[in-house]
Amino acid sequence: MEHVAPQDFGAGEPVAIRPIAGEPVVEVLSADKVFANGTRALAPIDLTVRDGEFVSLIGPSGCGKSTLLKLIAGLLEPTDGRIVCWRGGEAGRRMSFVFQDPTLMPWSRVEANVRLPLDLGHTAKAEARARVDKALALVGLTEFRRNFPRQLSGGMRMRVSIARALVTEPNLLLMDEPFGALDEFTRNKLDSDLVSLWWARSLSVMFVTHSIYEAVFLSTRIVVMAARPGRVFGELVIDEPHPRDDNFRTSPRFGKLCRDLSGLLTDASIASAAP
Amino acid sequence: MSSTMRPLIQSEAFLRVVSPALAGFGMLATWEVACRHFQIPSYLFPAPSAIAQTFVADAGSLLWALWMTLRVALIAFVSAVVIGTLIAFAFVQSRVIERAFLPYAVVLQVTPIVAIAPLIIILVKNTQTALILCATIIALFPIIANTTLGLRSVDHGLVNLFTLNKASRLQTLLRLRIPSALPYFFGGLRISSGLALIGAVVAEFVAGTGGRSAGLAYEILQSGFQLAIPRMFAALFLITVAGIVLFVAMAGLSRLVLGEWHESEVAPET
Repeated sequence: MEHVAPQDFGAGEPVAIRPIAGEPVVEVLSADKVFANGTRALAPIDLTVRDGEFVSLIGPSGCGKSTLLKLIAGLLEPTDGRIVCWRGGEAGRRMSFVFQDPTLMPWSRVEANVRLPLDLGHTAKAEARARVDKALALVGLTEFRRNFPRQLSGGMRMRVSIARALVTEPNLLLMDEPFGALDEFTRNKLDSDLVSLWWARSLSVMFVTHSIYEAVFLSTRIVVMAARPGRVFGELVIDEPHPRDDNFRTSPRFGKLCRDLSGLLTDASIASAAP
Repeated sequence: MSSTMRPLIQSEAFLRVVSPALAGFGMLATWEVACRHFQIPSYLFPAPSAIAQTFVADAGSLLWALWMTLRVALIAFVSAVVIGTLIAFAFVQSRVIERAFLPYAVVLQVTPIVAIAPLIIILVKNTQTALILCATIIALFPIIANTTLGLRSVDHGLVNLFTLNKASRLQTLLRLRIPSALPYFFGGLRISSGLALIGAVVAEFVAGTGGRSAGLAYEILQSGFQLAIPRMFAALFLITVAGIVLFVAMAGLSRLVLGEWHESEVAPET
């Protein structure tokens, strides 16, 4: 599988193992973003993410990956164009956002932090409790539920943040460089957990990252972006079967895919150079 | 000797309690010995023993005066907390309100209370009310400034999280803004409680109220006129103790509320 050059973009043969001919979850329709100070963060972008995909966004800094994610989350409004989620049928569908930092409330215990989205949505107590139990078990933090965030390590805080995102049982998970601040060992562990979690449920993920290895390990498809203005530069489909484990990380195929992605990123960086 | 039997002088309790107590005792002893040795008359500079004797003899009237001063300080402190918090909430609701009124809050803060106290005492008929007003004015600003800062110092990511979960304004206020503001608010309380006491004493000095409602400042003034210097020291001592008690009470309250989660109250892990 070679990467797809921008001109014949889409002409590749997606051999994803999980069928991803599903419904579009997110459709970005010529959306762009110009900030109030005149900075053009995103050129008009077209991008579709389908049900069950794990799509990583990668690119040089300033390419608007995080801006794109915030547009999809509704934290920012596109200057022009539209973003449609679930073909407009949003009822009963949920998206969750995982930030770069754990973004926990320091005054609340782990369980209350995880429960927050349910509290804000007035979920019944008994149901909320059951869901929090489940989310904490998923990230392996059940025994730390009574702790305060400051008593946890960086990796554990990030797990709390993920549990909070999962507690509403979202259909779409938006993650903005969630493991960027963690050491490599912790990051690999969380990546493995995340990918099995994604595999085990009907979840679509959009994942912003700076790490080539992380993108290749996690994704079914990688969208490479370029800067000035932020735009989609190319795509790479990772047709490695799931569930993936450390054997994939050490396989020659993984190395080849990383090299392909690295080459594409180099081209994107050259295309992003300031005039 | 085992390693757990550390010398007394290195133990935490010793450093925190015993050493300042010993230092204080040493200073008092030096003071006493110096007064006796140089035969300084007690109407110039009394020895600690003379102050203690006066204190015991006049305990009734001194403690009553302390209660009068404390009452003014406490009412003023509570008023300042209530009014200051409400003003801070108004400031946070709208930048226009803050822009319009913050300069006047600053004017209130920078004008020395001694300078406006006579005016207030003339304008307000009831002396007790005038005293409370003076003390409230001086105690108000730290509450306004700290609470406003606290209500604004909200983690941006958490604001986004609340927005994404469609939190109402009230939910955001109760679950996010108020808890974020608490450490700043308690910082304001510590400063403000001390200022309320200072305000009460200063206003009493200016008003010079005698009679049943005479406070410690009046006792100090009277003692000065009568050259009852040991009594002056005893009154001074009571004011200091009252200030310390207020400060410790505020610190304790802060620890009670923030103790479990805020960095300022958490002992570093060893």
